[in-house]
Amino acid sequence: MTQVIPHYPVGDAQPNRTPWWTYFTFSTDHKVIGIQYLVTTFVFYLIGGALAAIIRTELATPDSDLMPPEWYNGMFTMHGTVMIFLWIVPSVTGGFGNYLVPLMIGARDMAFPFLNALAFWMIVPGAALLMGSFFVGPASTGWTAYPPLSILTDQHAGQIMWIFSLLIIGTSSILAAVNFVVTIWSMRMPGMKLFDMPLFCWATLAAAIMVLTSTPVLAGALILLSFDLMGGTNFFNPTGGGDPVVYQHLFWFYSHPAVYVMILPVFGIISEVLPPHARKPIFGYKAIAYSSMMICALGLFVWAHHMFTSGTPDWLRIFFMVATLLVAVPTGIKVFSWLATLWGGKLRLESPLLFGVGFISMFVVGGLSGVMLGSAPIDIHVHDTYFVVGHFHYVLFGGSVFGIYAGLYHWFPKMTGRMFNEFWGKVHFVLTFVGFNLCFLPMHILGLMGMPRRVAQYDPQFTTINQICTFGAFLLAISTIPFLINAVYSWLWGEPAADNPWQALTLEWTTSSPPHPHNWEGEPVLESGPYDYGKEYSRSSSRH
Amino acid sequence: MTTTMHGAIAPSETTHHPDLRLFGLIVFLCSEGMLFFGLFAAYLTFRAVATEWPPEGTPELELLLPGINTIILVSSSFVIHQADEAIKENKLAAVRGWFLATFVMGAIFIAGQVYEYAHLEFGLTSHLFGSTFYILTGFHGLHVLIGLTLIAAVLARSLKPGHYTEHSHFGIAAASIYWHFVDVIWIVLFLLLYLL
Repeated sequence: MTQVIPHYPVGDAQPNRTPWWTYFTFSTDHKVIGIQYLVTTFVFYLIGGALAAIIRTELATPDSDLMPPEWYNGMFTMHGTVMIFLWIVPSVTGGFGNYLVPLMIGARDMAFPFLNALAFWMIVPGAALLMGSFFVGPASTGWTAYPPLSILTDQHAGQIMWIFSLLIIGTSSILAAVNFVVTIWSMRMPGMKLFDMPLFCWATLAAAIMVLTSTPVLAGALILLSFDLMGGTNFFNPTGGGDPVVYQHLFWFYSHPAVYVMILPVFGIISEVLPPHARKPIFGYKAIAYSSMMICALGLFVWAHHMFTSGTPDWLRIFFMVATLLVAVPTGIKVFSWLATLWGGKLRLESPLLFGVGFISMFVVGGLSGVMLGSAPIDIHVHDTYFVVGHFHYVLFGGSVFGIYAGLYHWFPKMTGRMFNEFWGKVHFVLTFVGFNLCFLPMHILGLMGMPRRVAQYDPQFTTINQICTFGAFLLAISTIPFLINAVYSWLWGEPAADNPWQALTLEWTTSSPPHPHNWEGEPVLESGPYDYGKEYSRSSSRH
Repeated sequence: MTTTMHGAIAPSETTHHPDLRLFGLIVFLCSEGMLFFGLFAAYLTFRAVATEWPPEGTPELELLLPGINTIILVSSSFVIHQADEAIKENKLAAVRGWFLATFVMGAIFIAGQVYEYAHLEFGLTSHLFGSTFYILTGFHGLHVLIGLTLIAAVLARSLKPGHYTEHSHFGIAAASIYWHFVDVIWIVLFLLLYLL
């Protein structure tokens, strides 16, 4: 029993340009869906960024003078929720994963194209619910929505809409992950073994397994929370015999793995971006592949390090502390492998590699503060301070977002068939890098000085440092402008791109730019390993 | 582009791929199992943290009816498996019979569940035990209903001539795998809520 894909007529004048309106339809083409994800999520990034700019404007002065404090709570709740659930998670999995995985493994499409389109279009009602909650008073209990606060909140309707929105987006994420696991496992072109796959596919596989394991548990927590809100139960309400800490366990059982879902595919992007721009084979292919799977396994057993101050017993603290610190091992393996890949390479320091190197340096800062926070004695002191805010922005912005930019620049010629403007790409990088560090580095100091997070007012002694952060945030906001103009202009009028402008060896570069509707006009041909730079195609003798 | 490299592959099979829907369904059900795992873990934690479990004044759960229900549901898994075997020999009439039998057994299970709900002395909001009891059994009941819908859909489709053959019977396999899943969840649930 086979599913036959009809052959496509070839040879029209501009055969591979997808008409613009296709992106507004229920298309089942993985490349269209990938770009739908990337563009949609980028819009949410701008919305989340606008919220961040408002938050930082409020924090430019110690008093709560821009808006009422309740509004401020809604702003940072929505900022966190939008950035995590509507920007980074769907962008790195749905966006890059959908576009790249079939192309990299020599498949015509994902295993379940209809399911794929369905998963994307579920983002729309999910996002509409979340955005709509602004009109009824948005959820304002943080993206964690800890009870009993979230049960006793005044913004009842907003909190309920927040829950349902997350249930829809979570389901979308699960359906996408089913597709990734089946596609990567079963749809590789004949002859491509698991260890012939590009590392991005390994990373996506690991992230998909984490989504499948942990997202349903968050759904369970949210269902119980919605019963507490609407059904009169008391699961998490101590006054009715419930236990709020159970919610924290369930929530973090998803939400800690979620950070790996947000970073693993980006690790994959970096492993793809570095070798062609350094003109060297990746260092330690198997080590990087295994370390993705190790992060996937370890990452499921570290969640309670978010709860060191929740009355967690000591033996549990020690277990979760050791498990957390262990994650630094596979992560370190990756970082050293990337550095060794760059070492002695003929670096092509253009936008993709600039963001790639920016990623490594910023992610290491976030990783190190993560090791600090993973140690219970330090965490207890800086818990819920700006140190934590600084830390997770280094991994999520300095890590994920820098990696996304690296990937966008790297695959822009493939996706659009046109080159971006390199000069404005460099301007974008410098503005982002400087703005990012101005905004988030001082937050570590604020945290160590004791400034709590999630407050609209603060002690006047923190004013100067906060103003530096706010200045950096504005610079970051400005930094997106050259990128947007560059992306739109180049997409429409940029110089036509060659099929393989980076002389890269992974399969997506063997087809035209943009790719044929069925990915390859003829059949894909596996000529070399994904990273055999300078090896004169020695793959056949060494691996077969 | 040179295609003369050793190890270069230009197969035509890439335009076709085997039916992966069962694999997809199993991956999805593993994930769905985690939803129940989360709820079970929550239940066990509530129980472990509570000073008294079940709370004072909760009547002992009647075991007879849920016991019979469990036997019916577990047996129905063996019944639906017969359909899975029958289609491999292209015996469509037998498939219909086994599916109908499974449907009736599932419906009896749901009826028993409704009867039990109607006669219990505590409600969803009475206490934490009541809340967890109704959420767990309710969620499972919802899955039984979905399973019954799938079985009904297969029965309806089996009337179309040639829809299911010995070589092509995804619907039958899917409905029966889903039914086994519902069954396994119930066994764990029964152990946790009624026996433990």
